[in-house]
Amino acid sequence: MRRSLLLIAAAVATPAAAQDHSATDHSQMDHSQMDHSVMGDPAPEPEMDHSTMDHSMMGHSTMEMDPKPEPKAAETVDEKMEGMDHSMHHGHAMGTSTQAEDQPGNTPAPAVPSVHAADAIFGPDVMQRSRAHLLADMRFTGYSVGLDMLEYRMGDGPDGYAFEGAAWYGGDIDRAVVAYQGEGTFGESPEAVELDAYWRHAINPWFNLQLGARHDFRPDPDRTYALIGIDGLAPYWIEVEAQAFVSEKGDIHVRGSASHDMRITQKLVFEPEAEIDVALQDVPELGIGSGIEKFELSGRLRYEIERNFAPYVGFAWERKLGRSADFARTEGEDPSRFTWLAGLRFWF
Amino acid sequence: MTRHQSLDRRRFITTSGAVAAALGSSAFFPAWARNGTAGSTASALAAPGTLTGNDIALTIGDSHFATGGRAGHAVTVNGTLPAPLIRLREGQSVRLSVKNTLAEQSSIHWHGLLLPFDMDGVPGVSFPGIDPGQTFVYDFPLIQSGTYWYHSHSGMQEAMGLYGPIVVDPAGGDDSYDREHVLVLSDFSTMHPHEQLRRLKRMGGYFNEQRQTIAGLLAGEGQSLSERLEWAAMRMDPTDISDVTGATYSFLINGHGNAENWTGMFAPGERVKLRVINASSMTNFNFRIPGLSLTVVAADGLAVQPVETDEVQIAIAETYDFIVTPVEQPAYGIIAEAIDRSGQVRATLATRMGVAAPIPTIRKRPLLGMRDMGMDMSGMDMGDTLDLSQPDAGSMDHSMSMRDPSVAPGVKMGPGVATLSPMPADRLGDVPTGLEDAGHRVLTYAQLRSATPNPDARLPSRQIDVHLTANMERYMWSIDGEDFASGPDPIPFRLNERVRVNLINDTMMPHPIHLHGHFFELVTGEPGHRPRKHTVNVLPGGKASFDLTADAVGDWAFHCHMLLHMHSGMMRVVTVRDTNHQDAGQHKPGKHDMNGHDMGGEG
Repeated sequence: MRRSLLLIAAAVATPAAAQDHSATDHSQMDHSQMDHSVMGDPAPEPEMDHSTMDHSMMGHSTMEMDPKPEPKAAETVDEKMEGMDHSMHHGHAMGTSTQAEDQPGNTPAPAVPSVHAADAIFGPDVMQRSRAHLLADMRFTGYSVGLDMLEYRMGDGPDGYAFEGAAWYGGDIDRAVVAYQGEGTFGESPEAVELDAYWRHAINPWFNLQLGARHDFRPDPDRTYALIGIDGLAPYWIEVEAQAFVSEKGDIHVRGSASHDMRITQKLVFEPEAEIDVALQDVPELGIGSGIEKFELSGRLRYEIERNFAPYVGFAWERKLGRSADFARTEGEDPSRFTWLAGLRFWF
Repeated sequence: MTRHQSLDRRRFITTSGAVAAALGSSAFFPAWARNGTAGSTASALAAPGTLTGNDIALTIGDSHFATGGRAGHAVTVNGTLPAPLIRLREGQSVRLSVKNTLAEQSSIHWHGLLLPFDMDGVPGVSFPGIDPGQTFVYDFPLIQSGTYWYHSHSGMQEAMGLYGPIVVDPAGGDDSYDREHVLVLSDFSTMHPHEQLRRLKRMGGYFNEQRQTIAGLLAGEGQSLSERLEWAAMRMDPTDISDVTGATYSFLINGHGNAENWTGMFAPGERVKLRVINASSMTNFNFRIPGLSLTVVAADGLAVQPVETDEVQIAIAETYDFIVTPVEQPAYGIIAEAIDRSGQVRATLATRMGVAAPIPTIRKRPLLGMRDMGMDMSGMDMGDTLDLSQPDAGSMDHSMSMRDPSVAPGVKMGPGVATLSPMPADRLGDVPTGLEDAGHRVLTYAQLRSATPNPDARLPSRQIDVHLTANMERYMWSIDGEDFASGPDPIPFRLNERVRVNLINDTMMPHPIHLHGHFFELVTGEPGHRPRKHTVNVLPGGKASFDLTADAVGDWAFHCHMLLHMHSGMMRVVTVRDTNHQDAGQHKPGKHDMNGHDMGGEG
């Protein structure tokens, strides 16, 4: 667990720290260099005439300035048209225009200027910091912690529990994810406890790539796997996930799941889910046989008191197959297990 | 627009004294926004508490705000929400000293005012912002008249209450009305906007409580099963009309909710001018006054040829002036309804306090259709055979794919672009989202005609396409597929060049797009008197073109005014340069040692 948290912490440290540029001392700026030609105009337009600015007034507590811009009445635009490189269409007859006549020309776009306009007034360093601050402010970095299921299970035999959820930190494209799940029977040591830690990278509008590691604390013996996966939203609003794992012993496993939210009312949602586990080889010490190891079908009916806080009831049916079922039988377990469940889903 | 120097001396009196708010709970609202205001009349243009004159002091600070049982933290100006009404006169100059008492940086942008770019108030674009404890003095002349507003352009302070109205009276006066009320529409949530954003990133439909359900299907509501399956196949939700909804918002008129029922007075037969500003962070409103015709006389501050209508969808950041002539009833309800119908707010026009008109039942939530998906089906007989479930289906006409990069060569494709409108229709003449079946007159942009001739009659020398792109499920918003934080190039213009800008909405949500420092003409109707605006609402899946004369040198923000969309990246910088004299620049950015200069203390 600690290892995984460190991994998250490393990912957390990378986003750009906000630029601090508070009390600005303009007296240090060399305003004599403030040539208005950076605005692309050695004879500035009236509205750009800052020659009357009294920069000596700039101090720690105020950033005063006193530009005396002339009004730039829209009506004067036509007088400033010299140098335009395209034909003019003055006197465009009203009421006779057609689609064709209204077509714009093909003048190429100008180059992107190399200078930021505000640099000339407030200084390039100040504005550089300000721009960095703006970009950092508008870059989303967030987190979420939650449990999709935290439930009590009742079936044949003693009652049990299960949980599954994830926490993430990051942006739109890249996130560090810790996913956790487990189940067990009350009074016994847990049957399964799994922790996945992976980098999640958005590869297209709907799907993400997962790369990381999985560690199973239970069953015994514990195992660590390399993890590669895909998750996302398939057509028809079906949440899907497919993961492949390679353990330190070299054994390979594949897991796939799909679920869908069926909204009965605004608050009541039925979520069926299917999961399938496949092993490419026998792993007798874990009770896993080659081939389709097991599948699980479940359904949960939740009531969203809030979108992120919903109690639910439901069922789960798990069926082990093939050699895995044989292993279970030898252990005295029923390869098929049906449970009723009640739980809570929440996230922050 | 001539420059008018003679200023009304009487109006200097109230200059900085209006900070006298916060003296008691009733003083929380500035007088103009207080309940039961008489509004202003020709003889007393500036109601008490209005800020006027050449020197105006504004203090940004933290406040507490409560409405309809919800209470929370707000960021305010001079302690009030909305911020004080600033009333100026065309031709005057104004010095606005803005003091920031917050613990974080702040700013004020004068929305719709034509001014030098360094007075425009966008940190990181036009100036460095106002650091905690600092005062910035904005100083510019008023070269226009009309209804405008101001708001923070820092972080998401605007969503927390930092917005207020500006009225600029024409130099020559205006006797076209007897009484005036300023109506600031807004949304207020006790959930911090960053938290709203985080939840939306976690779950795109977090605040949507009006989705289609199985219960609805069984009751025969909404789409049929086959339509629902078609939409589900595309992972599209026809109820995804607003991101942040009445689930968390209280909707406000002049800071008052339904229960507080803001009331403005009238005398029967008076011509009442309503200056309506949508200062919401995320709510487009349908605005109507049952029982009264609205005569639209100005849009975004500029006069239009009067149009009579019954309802107007006022997108975020737009302003409209209406003349109404209430006669018969003692009270009329002013209704502002969120376009997704997740809530509405009622204010009242009344002859006396204590009377109110009935609040209409909120109308049914609309559903988006094919046209909102960017499929202009007009003139096409698709019947029911169209298979939309095949993204990028090679077998179909490419234009019917919902994500075919060839329809938008300028868009950078990636996880942030879920759809591209295959056949975007020009929607400037369309009735806005959800009002198609309103059953009465609804204003369209195409009905607006400028009252004065357009100042620049030239045809554009070129045109550019600007795609409004998104992945609504991941809650990513961008322009041309690139979000602002990834540092895209600005959109360059030559000084005084005339360019047609085609805004193409590749999403299923309307986007009110605002260009700073300019007015542009919407390309609708015959040239000559096209409506001039600073903000245009691009309907879902549609296209809106405007012709721009880039007549203001500088760097200007250009963005969706849905605050969470802007903040998520649906923003660009627009540069306007005199290219005949370009590139003397000794101020190259990014070449300076960030630590090599004494920039003052930290903090």
